[in-house]
Amino acid sequence: MNPKRSRFLFSVLCFGMAFLYVPMVLLIIYSFNNSKLVPIWGGFSLRWYKVLFQSEDVWAATALSFKIAFVNATFAVALGTLAGLALVRFGRFRGRTLFTGMITAPLVMPEVITGLSLLLLFIGLQGLIGWPSERGFTTITIAHITFSMAYVAVIIQSRLSGMQEDLEEAAQDLGAKPLRVLFDITLPLLAPGMLAGWLLAFTLSLDDLVIASFTTGPGSNTLPILIYSRIRLGLRPDINALATIIILAVTIGVIIFGWLMLRQQRQRERDMHEAAAS
Amino acid sequence: MAAAASHSIHDRPWLDPAQKPFIQIQGVSKQFGPFVAVDNVDLDIYRGELFSLLGGSGCGKTTLLRMIAGFETPTSGRIVIDGEDMSSVPPYDRPVNMMFQSYALFPHMTVEQNVAYGLKRDGVAKAEIQSRVNDMLGMVELTQFRKRKPHQLSGGQRQRVALARSLVKNPKVLLLDEPLGALDKRLREQTQYELMNIQDRLGVTFVVVTHDQEEAMTLSTRIAVMDQGYFQQIGTPTEIYEYPVTRFVANFIGSANMFEGRVASQEDEIAEVTVDTLPVPIRAEHAAPLAAGTRAWVAVRPEKVQLSREPFSQAGINMLEGQVEEIGYYGESSTYRIRINEDVRLEVTHPNLRRPRDGRHLAEWEDKVYVGWEPGAAVVLTS
Repeated sequence: MNPKRSRFLFSVLCFGMAFLYVPMVLLIIYSFNNSKLVPIWGGFSLRWYKVLFQSEDVWAATALSFKIAFVNATFAVALGTLAGLALVRFGRFRGRTLFTGMITAPLVMPEVITGLSLLLLFIGLQGLIGWPSERGFTTITIAHITFSMAYVAVIIQSRLSGMQEDLEEAAQDLGAKPLRVLFDITLPLLAPGMLAGWLLAFTLSLDDLVIASFTTGPGSNTLPILIYSRIRLGLRPDINALATIIILAVTIGVIIFGWLMLRQQRQRERDMHEAAAS
Repeated sequence: MAAAASHSIHDRPWLDPAQKPFIQIQGVSKQFGPFVAVDNVDLDIYRGELFSLLGGSGCGKTTLLRMIAGFETPTSGRIVIDGEDMSSVPPYDRPVNMMFQSYALFPHMTVEQNVAYGLKRDGVAKAEIQSRVNDMLGMVELTQFRKRKPHQLSGGQRQRVALARSLVKNPKVLLLDEPLGALDKRLREQTQYELMNIQDRLGVTFVVVTHDQEEAMTLSTRIAVMDQGYFQQIGTPTEIYEYPVTRFVANFIGSANMFEGRVASQEDEIAEVTVDTLPVPIRAEHAAPLAAGTRAWVAVRPEKVQLSREPFSQAGINMLEGQVEEIGYYGESSTYRIRINEDVRLEVTHPNLRRPRDGRHLAEWEDKVYVGWEPGAAVVLTS
């Protein structure tokens, strides 16, 4: 490769990386800023972390966000897996095309519309049957499940179509009734997909601001809602600290996940070599 | 092997009218939309047979096998196994097991768990499961690999796990879908004999689907040659090879030189067929009466054609004169392509009985040679 071109490629790479990561680095640096005004450097300090840890609002919002994310991910995986199974393994049933369309619609629907329509539904329901009596944890969770399960269904669907049907047939051939096949063969083989779906649903829920703000009620702030409402009144150094902690958590998560994947892959390669050698 | 077996009726239950067929396929058809995969076929398979369904891809053989297993429902007709109509029996209640082409081993279970799975589903007692699984693993020589997962096994080992898993339940019928398809050539030959031994020992009826004619020939008691959803011919390997009844069978099993012509006369079970592209009529044995003028094909196998530099002197032999155009040297034999005239080439396979003398084989390129075959070496086909 000629050196001119490689220098060009290298600078493009640097620019791209800088574009992605300089803002985050700045954010981390400013989280240690001693000054009350965000853009002005006032020396190193951990005071905003202290403020953060003493803020009950933040703790409450974090707890609520995690609670919603957990319940949402669990329900989304259960429902999404069923939907995926129906789409791939049930052949051409009546209304399949409509069902496929409706499963994938939440993926492309603008969040504002999803949020607004759900809000209208909840208000309407409250007027009709008196439930939900107040908006908060329950309504946000339901709202999140409606779009998370669409993502899970898509993941499960693709994994299932890649999975040979003959494993399930083999189990049937050996005397397993359809429900047994589901629990003995299909679900264990889908487990990685379900885990991926669970993590995705968890992240989506943790991340969501728009739909949550439509479906929440007084006093129920998720973490994104809290951050947004505080930033609206101007930059705040304690939010920088919060963001730094989130970045740290995500980084650790990604590193652990990557390491596990790598280990698993190495193990597989070793096994293959052994098998070939034996 | 089949060739060494005595020709008693005991070995050939299909010749015994008193025998009851074990698997009866009666007027079975299967359509996928407008496509007819299996077209109104009838077949009787007897207890203890190693029966092969042979055909190219898309000929319907796998569909037929899957209907016996219960994974597909016949559009019409019925399948009876051991006197029991299988029409309304789901796959998990059928007395048959299947070995899948992909082996379909459960990747999340060990070898042992894979083999035990079928017994567990039947509610067999734990101690018995253990001993039966041990026996099976011993038989396929996989005892030391019992704790391994499928991805830790080689192709041949996986094949044996699949076999053990499908045999452990003592099925009445074992269905095998391209059982040797995924193995390399040497392993294939070895496994082929293992399969035959196991079948012999357990006495289970085997139904094998294959596209490999050699595999079918060496394994089977009988073969059904299938094309476009129906059977072209059903018979022993010898019958199928020596007495093919259609051009498709003659060409699909082994190779054949084929001449198209019209029946001129028939005398003493020998038909004379005139071929437009040949100077002399061809004489071939044919017992059934043929009307003069019938359109017919004469097929003769390359190894049944003699090759010589001198004209043949036997009476009644079919003889043609030609020139060597191509030679394929295989070591144990050579295949010569002989140019008879503009339109006709003849393939002759000749065993290399001697080493070449002075660097010359039996015939060399451009040599003028004579080819000849007895009327009994050829067959007359009318379809």
